Amino acid sequence: MEPEAISKAIDAVWKIESPKLIAALARMTRDVGLAEDLAQDALVSALEQWPAEGIPRNPGAWLMAIAKRRGIDHFRRNKLTDHKHQQVGYEMQARQDDAVPDFDSALDDDVGDDLLRLIFTACHPVLSTEARVTLTLKLLAGLTNAELARAFLSTETTIQQRIVRAKRTLADKKIPYEVPSGPELSVRLASVLEVIYLIFNEGYSATAGDDWMRPALCEDAQRLGRVLAGLAPNEPEVHGLLALMEIQASRSSARIGPKGEPILLMDQDRRRWSQLLIQRGLTALARAERLGPRGPYTLQAAIAACHARARRADETDWNRIASLYDELAAIMPSPIVDLNRAVAYGMAFGPERGLAVVDPLVDHPQLAGYPYLPGVRADLLFKLKRFAEAKVEFEKAAALTKNASQRVLLLEKAAACS
Amino acid sequence: MRFMLLVIPKGYEKAAPDAMPDAEGVAKMMKYNEELSKSGVLLSLDGLHPPASGVRISYTGGKPHVTDGPFPEAKECVGGYWMIQVKSKEEAIEWAKRAPMGDNELIEVRQVQEMEDFPADVQAAAAGFEELIGRK
Repeated sequence: MEPEAISKAIDAVWKIESPKLIAALARMTRDVGLAEDLAQDALVSALEQWPAEGIPRNPGAWLMAIAKRRGIDHFRRNKLTDHKHQQVGYEMQARQDDAVPDFDSALDDDVGDDLLRLIFTACHPVLSTEARVTLTLKLLAGLTNAELARAFLSTETTIQQRIVRAKRTLADKKIPYEVPSGPELSVRLASVLEVIYLIFNEGYSATAGDDWMRPALCEDAQRLGRVLAGLAPNEPEVHGLLALMEIQASRSSARIGPKGEPILLMDQDRRRWSQLLIQRGLTALARAERLGPRGPYTLQAAIAACHARARRADETDWNRIASLYDELAAIMPSPIVDLNRAVAYGMAFGPERGLAVVDPLVDHPQLAGYPYLPGVRADLLFKLKRFAEAKVEFEKAAALTKNASQRVLLLEKAAACS
Repeated sequence: MRFMLLVIPKGYEKAAPDAMPDAEGVAKMMKYNEELSKSGVLLSLDGLHPPASGVRISYTGGKPHVTDGPFPEAKECVGGYWMIQVKSKEEAIEWAKRAPMGDNELIEVRQVQEMEDFPADVQAAAAGFEELIGRK
């Protein structure tokens, strides 16, 4: 194999194996930072040896054997007196001695729990949101520092520092490597779901000129969501989030026009929506609804599903969308939700009712400078034939939007008012 | 990016119409399918009945002509597929290498065409075609 081909092949192996590798090493060492260092050491060895020797038949076991050997060296070298650490060293030693023959089955049995612990640790609320996102992609999606820098329009040095700081925080605060239980679980799970959805949205907001690493973040998030759905199959919101991402991703080839301009949901060519992803989304949504009361992600997925089920824009079940927004506003009150609720009310029950929902939002500080607020008001006023007011609102929205083609559209609508 | 892993089992083109995989093979396959699923890469999968119970439709001068299987001239045939979503072609290959295949089987890895893969003129032609077939 050519050097470039082999390095790509090694990268592919790394993407598949590294989360399991780091997760298992973190259980053995009880230290996520050290686990990641050991895994990186194993990767360096692979990069040195595989080009000459070829990729081994079981690359995961190969990497694990090297990482464990490095781990044992590390504990011996440090001559730790700390009893706990010594025990860990012995544990690794014991595993090294007797586990080699059936190493794979041992890895398979434990790996699910280990991965779940790793996800909860990477998304621990003690870390900043930025650090959680970076660490999750690094540890659980196998992204390199270079890829992370490209995805977040940053530099490798910045990413590297962020990771080092995050690992130090986890160590300093003595964050246990475990899956939380009891009342803590729901708070911690919310953080995990938030991180995955942030990654998805980072990719979803990428624009035409961006490096392809950015839109690819959507796929990373979907993959993490699917992994999590397998690891925590009884958590309704895990399936709710997965459903939401699959359905949103189903529109990816319909939502950008030939000149890179965004196409609004109601104007998209629905034949370009991926029916496969819609089906996957609807299946995940059904599972979420079967498991428990609808949380915020499940409700947003249910709303997205109403659009996905409508083969034409004018077949959309707006009554159902309006009632789902009512439910969402009750459990997650936010002016953004209310703004969307206003649109749904306008479509379901007429512009008068929509305006009644949106008018109280006009001076909301969280919506200051948000172009959709005047945009939504303008549409509703236009439908009510209150053209003078609609014109002012269209112009306000045009002044606020950062998107050039959207501005043109809004100014055209403003002109149509007189 | 999406890839289809097409399974081509040698001899399946001549298999009896009611041929079924054996239990041991299915068990191995289930384990592999689960691994794909747990890793978050699996989008869909299916196995296909032998061509002996299928039909071929050929078109001569625009006229469809239906032939029942088996098809003696066929040298190989597809027995099933996985559709996966991965980060690179190399990753698709790495997954295919891990499939529990026998000596008589092979897997063909093919990337799925996305609209974005087409050059601008083809995309435009596709858009124009969509207008032609009527967008009410």
